[in-house]
Amino acid sequence: MGKGNILSLLILTLVIIIFPIVIKDTYLHTIGIFAGINALVAIGLTILMGYAGQISLGQAAFYGIGAYISAILSLHFGLPVILSIFLALLVSSTAAIILAIPALRLKGHYLAVATLGFGEIIHIILHEWGPGGPSGFGDIPKMNLFGYTFTSTNDYFYLVWMCVVVIMIFSLNLINSMTGKALQAMHGSEIATQTAGINLTKLKIKVFILSSIYASLAGAMYAHYVTFLSPSSFSLFHSVLFLMMVVIGGISNIWGGIVGALIITILPEVLRGFKEFDILLYGLILTLFLLFMRKGLVPMTIDTYKRWIHR
Amino acid sequence: MDSQITIKIKNISKSFGGLKALENVSFSVKTGQIHALIGPNGAGKTTLMNIISGLETADSGEIIFNDKPINKLPPEKRTKIGIARTFQNLELFGEMTVLENVMVGMYLKYETGFIKSGLMLNSVRKVQKDIITKSLNILDYVGLNHRKNEYAKNLPVGEQRLLEIARAMAADPILMLLDEPAAGLNIRETKNLSILIKNLKEEKQITLLIVEHDMELIMGISDTITVLNFGKVIAEGDPLSIQKNPDVITAYLGEED
Amino acid sequence: MSLLLQFLFSGLTTGSVYALVGIGFNIVYNSTSILNLAQGEFVVIGGLMMWFFFVGMKLPFATSVALTLTVAATVALLMERLTIKPLLKKGDLLLMIMVTIAVSILIRGLLMFKFGKDPYTYPPFTEGEPLVIYGAVITQQTLWVIGITALSIVILYLFFNKTMLGRAMKACSLDIKAARLMGINVSNMVMLSFIISGLIGAIGGIAITPISLMEYDKGAMLSVKGFCAAIMGGLGRGRGAVVGGFTLGILESFTAGYIHSGFKDAVALLIMLFILFFRPAGIFGKTETLRLRKF
Repeated sequence: MGKGNILSLLILTLVIIIFPIVIKDTYLHTIGIFAGINALVAIGLTILMGYAGQISLGQAAFYGIGAYISAILSLHFGLPVILSIFLALLVSSTAAIILAIPALRLKGHYLAVATLGFGEIIHIILHEWGPGGPSGFGDIPKMNLFGYTFTSTNDYFYLVWMCVVVIMIFSLNLINSMTGKALQAMHGSEIATQTAGINLTKLKIKVFILSSIYASLAGAMYAHYVTFLSPSSFSLFHSVLFLMMVVIGGISNIWGGIVGALIITILPEVLRGFKEFDILLYGLILTLFLLFMRKGLVPMTIDTYKRWIHR
Repeated sequence: MDSQITIKIKNISKSFGGLKALENVSFSVKTGQIHALIGPNGAGKTTLMNIISGLETADSGEIIFNDKPINKLPPEKRTKIGIARTFQNLELFGEMTVLENVMVGMYLKYETGFIKSGLMLNSVRKVQKDIITKSLNILDYVGLNHRKNEYAKNLPVGEQRLLEIARAMAADPILMLLDEPAAGLNIRETKNLSILIKNLKEEKQITLLIVEHDMELIMGISDTITVLNFGKVIAEGDPLSIQKNPDVITAYLGEED
Repeated sequence: MSLLLQFLFSGLTTGSVYALVGIGFNIVYNSTSILNLAQGEFVVIGGLMMWFFFVGMKLPFATSVALTLTVAATVALLMERLTIKPLLKKGDLLLMIMVTIAVSILIRGLLMFKFGKDPYTYPPFTEGEPLVIYGAVITQQTLWVIGITALSIVILYLFFNKTMLGRAMKACSLDIKAARLMGINVSNMVMLSFIISGLIGAIGGIAITPISLMEYDKGAMLSVKGFCAAIMGGLGRGRGAVVGGFTLGILESFTAGYIHSGFKDAVALLIMLFILFFRPAGIFGKTETLRLRKF
């Protein structure tokens, strides 16, 4: 892991520690918490899209599975929250494998639509068979770690963002390892990667599972923070939002996941007074980014910085 | 007797629609030799290379590698058992550095799971150091060490071809398939290439099957030459006998009026 | 029996729209090898703009239809010129997928801004006694929908097979290089394919709104179902989408009627996944053609 990444991690950790101390407004804490939760999903999706070169229009499905399974296990079966989350990750991974094996044989458009279809089916299942159906359900136990129950926004802010830091360390290690190089190679030339002795299908499935675990972890944390779930939070629109986070942040750099998540989470707050505009603005921003800034904010910033110091 | 044959191509046939790319092609590559595959354009040579490396399947016939049939093996498994290759249309990892390209070639010998990689355990760190050292040695051997941090896409063609060979070497192969390794090379580069290929045979004990159009190169280094025309084997032998073979001359120059 | 017929006709009606969207997918796919995931939005444009001209501005029926189709064609044209053309040459598949999604959201946003989230409708084309066949009640509008769809299909068939322009477009879909060499302006063909598919979608929207109403966000599901119709018949094959669309509509109708209406959407999704995973060339397609595609 290079110096840039280590420095960025230290800065991030510093900012995380200071934020709730300097900013007392719990509403802002809440935005920060959601940004962190979204960042987890976005980081996983960035690895899937930017490094493994795959696409998923169904991340909201894994997000939803993580949320619902963890909620149901802890609420209806009385399991400890930590165990519920772990089992939710297991279920999500299984769903990812079941989807990945047939889906990853598909290329491009077909894969995109297959993941979209999968996402919609999960949405329908949650809608028809989830507790409370379309209205959802509440009273989900709060996050509980080794006996300590998380209650304040401070608690959750630190919890979520510490998870982000840990996940970032893990992901950066992964990218800098031989596995990361294999992923980049696959992106560069699939046939050369195969003849270098690498099983592409296994690799793609593993990355798919990885991204599903990140998403379901985020979902579980969402469930135990908000303590109320309804299927409307896990629709195609949310899958598209996650996609937007990756595009805006930068598909080729996992720090982009954090940046994109921050922007997309804060955007609706900025648009408070313009409810009728929101979808329009999402569409406009996404289109403009794809047309003119498709590298994404983080890679573009890095490029600008490199050009500046090499003047 | 058979243990002296690294790979045996047996009655390989392949058609695309109505076009017969390969028709009952058979030959054997003796262990430790440089075996060349030549023939006019469209003779089916690259198709055969793809079939041997597993990227395409033959309609009929067998490939026998070290006495075992490998028809059912996917490409990555063939690399595992010792077959590496380069590509006619360079398939480098353009956005990765020269060093990284070679490192990828070593993946299969040092494959580490996702979880261990993510945790960056000491064992993983050590393995990575090993890989870098070994990769640098290979770059040294082919003469690309001075380019190790360049992006592969920025290299001139001559060095890109060397890089493909370096990457193939990283897999520690028994058999190396070179698909037009001299294409786009100037005279000096071709000369260095022929020295490198000879060294691969003599110093590294690698058996080589080479598809090429550069006759001087082929005649200079090959032990055995198989000639394909219109998907069929029309001649096989050492360089001298091939040069004198009337069928070969006809295939390249056309019939005498 | 009457129930069966009722569901059948209901299915044929919704199936008509799916068929039209599916044909739209095929036309764009044939000329660009990309899937226009904004395809369904044109149906919504058709319905909502028709309301705008016919009810909102109280313009005559024919004028409203003409204006609606003009709007649809213009949107399609803008989409192709501004977002597709500049990016298509990059050959980045991921980018193209995301761009069509982005444009679909943009269109949906514009529609929501202008029309809000309410459903809209207008009177059927002809008022009159519905048909009664074996106890099944079939409204005149239903016949209009099926009839207009059939007519559109015939017109498209004649266009692609009997007119120079249509055959030029067909040539592009079969072999772009050869088409270029024959002097066909491929770039214009691409533009035309977008316009035509936009128009077909809008026609479907105009016809179906009196029956099932139109809301700003129906586009997404219509795109998915239209795509499903297209791949049922084998992507790129005109007749396949028609059969696929009607079949899908009928299956949906039966599922909603006999099983449970909540699963209506799931039918299309499951069929689509099944085909993608196990028979990507569709029920009629051949796997050879699948491999030759650029993307």
